[in-house]
Amino acid sequence: MDGINAKYVSKKISKTRWRPVSSSSLQQPDIFATGSWDNEDNSISIWSIGENGVSSMDDEFEGDPQLLCEYKHNGDVLDLQFLDQDRIVTASSTGAVTIFRHHHNSQTLSVSQLWERAHHYPCNNAPCTGVVCNSPEIVTVGEDGRIMLFRADQEGVLRTIEMADSSAIHAVTFLRTTEILTVNSIGQLKLWDFRQPGNEPSQILSLTGDRVPLHCVDRHPNQQHIVATGGQDGMLCIWDVRQGNMPISLMEAHTSEMWEVHFHPSNPGHLFSCSEDGSLLHWETSSNTDTPSLQGNRIKLLIISRSAIAPAGGNQSLINAWLTGDSSKGHLETTHMLPSQMLSVNSLDVLGQCLVCGTDGEAIYVNRYVPI
Amino acid sequence: KHLGFVWGPGDILVYETIYKASGGCPFVHEVRKDEDIYSPILRKLFNESHHIFVGLQRIREDLPSKNKKPQFVSISKNYRSVIRACMEELQQVAGIVSILLAVELIWNLCEVLFIDAAPAGSLVLHLLDWVRLHKADVDEKAREVLASESPAEHQAYWDVISYVLQGRMDEARQVLVKQAALQPAARVMFKLLDNLLMKMPIFNVHSPGETQTLTEFDVKWRHWREEVDHCLQDQSFASNRHLEDICKILVGDEDVLLEYKELLSTWYHFLVTRLLFSHPTVKPTELHYYAQSSMHMFLDTRSVPEPLDSILLAAFEFDIHQVIKDCSIALNNWWFVGHLTDLLDHCKLLQSHNLHFGSNLREFLLLEYASGLFTHHSLWQLAVDYFDHCPEFGRVYLELQIERVPLDTERKALKVIRICEQRQMTEQVRSICKIMAKKALRNNRLGSALSWSIRAKDAAFATLISERFLQDYCAKGTFSDLDLIDNLGPAMLLSDRLTFLGKYREFHRLYGEKRFSDAAKLLLSLMTAKIAPHSFWMTLLTDALPLLEQKEVNWPTTLTSILNFFLLT
Repeated sequence: MDGINAKYVSKKISKTRWRPVSSSSLQQPDIFATGSWDNEDNSISIWSIGENGVSSMDDEFEGDPQLLCEYKHNGDVLDLQFLDQDRIVTASSTGAVTIFRHHHNSQTLSVSQLWERAHHYPCNNAPCTGVVCNSPEIVTVGEDGRIMLFRADQEGVLRTIEMADSSAIHAVTFLRTTEILTVNSIGQLKLWDFRQPGNEPSQILSLTGDRVPLHCVDRHPNQQHIVATGGQDGMLCIWDVRQGNMPISLMEAHTSEMWEVHFHPSNPGHLFSCSEDGSLLHWETSSNTDTPSLQGNRIKLLIISRSAIAPAGGNQSLINAWLTGDSSKGHLETTHMLPSQMLSVNSLDVLGQCLVCGTDGEAIYVNRYVPI
Repeated sequence: KHLGFVWGPGDILVYETIYKASGGCPFVHEVRKDEDIYSPILRKLFNESHHIFVGLQRIREDLPSKNKKPQFVSISKNYRSVIRACMEELQQVAGIVSILLAVELIWNLCEVLFIDAAPAGSLVLHLLDWVRLHKADVDEKAREVLASESPAEHQAYWDVISYVLQGRMDEARQVLVKQAALQPAARVMFKLLDNLLMKMPIFNVHSPGETQTLTEFDVKWRHWREEVDHCLQDQSFASNRHLEDICKILVGDEDVLLEYKELLSTWYHFLVTRLLFSHPTVKPTELHYYAQSSMHMFLDTRSVPEPLDSILLAAFEFDIHQVIKDCSIALNNWWFVGHLTDLLDHCKLLQSHNLHFGSNLREFLLLEYASGLFTHHSLWQLAVDYFDHCPEFGRVYLELQIERVPLDTERKALKVIRICEQRQMTEQVRSICKIMAKKALRNNRLGSALSWSIRAKDAAFATLISERFLQDYCAKGTFSDLDLIDNLGPAMLLSDRLTFLGKYREFHRLYGEKRFSDAAKLLLSLMTAKIAPHSFWMTLLTDALPLLEQKEVNWPTTLTSILNFFLLT
């Protein structure tokens, strides 16, 4: 666990996100945003871990995140995404969706756009639980079971899918530019196609056994039909959305709710998940059958079905590794990335070689040397 | 006007009142007694120390105590470094910094005397470290002096005596060498003093290949002291007042020491210096005598001792309970006494005497601290771990407090439920799930309501939800929330009504797909299984009629079964 520093920030952190780096440059990310929750005054903050401006004499403070700016946020920050280099979208527990603009010259934040009652019940507000963007489009979901589509710089709502769900929608991700996938609190994955009118999903998937509420979902960066989900029981599921109603593999990961799961954006053989039980796991698939490294922990695997259809294109062995999840061939390794005895890790983000996560212990952890 | 008040868990609500009822809205004031927990910088203290606390509780009981002592000392140092980190950040806010300074001073002394339990010989050296740590300005001054253009002329030059008072002989010698260079006539005197300083014996248990016993050291030290005394008697330093003072300090001349009160600045510095030069082999049990006399000698007899002084004195007297008691009174937050007592308890230093209230001192203090945390809108999560480690009353406290946490979002409710589930607090789980389910039902979110009932395994509420669905069906003729009912899965079995709902919907689906014989079979089984509510019997019968017209359905048998059902129930 070398290279992990804890920074105590006096607020419980609900979301952490790296600012995207332009794909042409090979730089490591140096700026990230955090959102807080469960505070009387919540805020979103921008931090830097770069060398610029940090003149530290002690080695131990090198890379300590420095606060660049902060802005008050109404309600808990339930989700946060970077729309582009300058703008951040947040989902609030008051049901509002806000776009903040980060001004680099003055290092300040300001509210650029606000949809105040994006999610609501007939009589009061409903928390907005997830936001995902594909600039300039923004999709949000909430506990009211609605899906909203906005466009940055446009005032009104582009589209509303009313009564999309009878239970709370917890997370959303883009499958393609016109298709999204949502997960809800009765354990269903629903595919929505924006090209189709109406309020019906194009597909519903769920486990045949106990319907466990799902909290997070992430799509494989290269293969648009491979999706990972995590839920209340801490199990990691990998799905192939083209194929029927069952996940491809099911793995015991955490002992309580899994809050976020992320494929590494440039190295999809690596997956990261974090949970209420205070652990952050790094999952690694490898196509060689070497003996596993000593730091890896073996995890128990339950294989539901094997994929008989070879995926079209892409790195065959890596895809197969996720789909087969066969631990006996030494394909899957997991490593704990944080010290033990921690409160819930609510959020993580990984980009390049850098990982940032935030916890209920009011601390942020940054690791700049993730072994990828 | 009168004032009324009512106690809350961590605060008081005070309201203005007039005895007779009249119009107007009175003000209600909230009086918080513990402002510290709302300070953003102190919050870091609470979070970091929580981490250390949990780690301490998990040290295995079965380790032999000699392996545990270094662990306890290191944990004590961790706590102190957290306090220091806080102090560095708080530099602007004077009030809290001075309290933290005092807290760290006391903690450090407790670590030296109780946890590390230094024996005679090394005791003085540990106390010397303690004093040096808390009088760090000596380093700064020395650097200032040496950095100035002509150090020997610098007024503070003679504060080199501070070095001597802290037992820092090497540094003192370095500075004296510079002075010697400017006064070649007095070179012999300087050389003599340098020699004495160099030869001062220090009790050193860690010198390789040499284990010195206390007696050996004592002999050596007395010998050296005689030599210094001899120099004094000889008037070797008579011409230079300052060098003579240094020499007198070396023999432990108390009057001279008291002349440098300003440099010592505190009575406990005076105490340690006194011990260093007069009684370096002092035993822990003898400390209190010297402590008391030092305090009396140093302080003005008319001045009232400050709380800090009595706490330190109690520590020197090894009266742990008095230390804890005085600290509890002097500080307004239970953080310090709670954590220190817990650590001392782990070191088995507290005799367990049961209090009338709460089980023992450690648990009482931790309960107080944690209850205070629970009133905070955010830090309540830390309090849970503290309650976990209070074996007698922790659970009860937690059960009472956890239900009062406000639940604004599903996510927060999930976290609270998880805490309760992990501790098998089923009652609390049920009640929280019921609150969330009712909220969802009020907002017409039947799916959410059902998912909460499933979590709580609340059959009664699941029945309620199914009735809502069925009522909706009767009113509108169609089902709402088909995505839910069609995909109930094993949750269907939670309650009879829910099962009926799922199966009834399935019947409609089969009918819609024109699978009439399957539909008929299902309808019959629904009737015979007796899970249909009475209000629905007419509906079922009405549904059965069109089936009888279908060719595949064996209508005589079906009709007989239906009639049987109605006649026999």
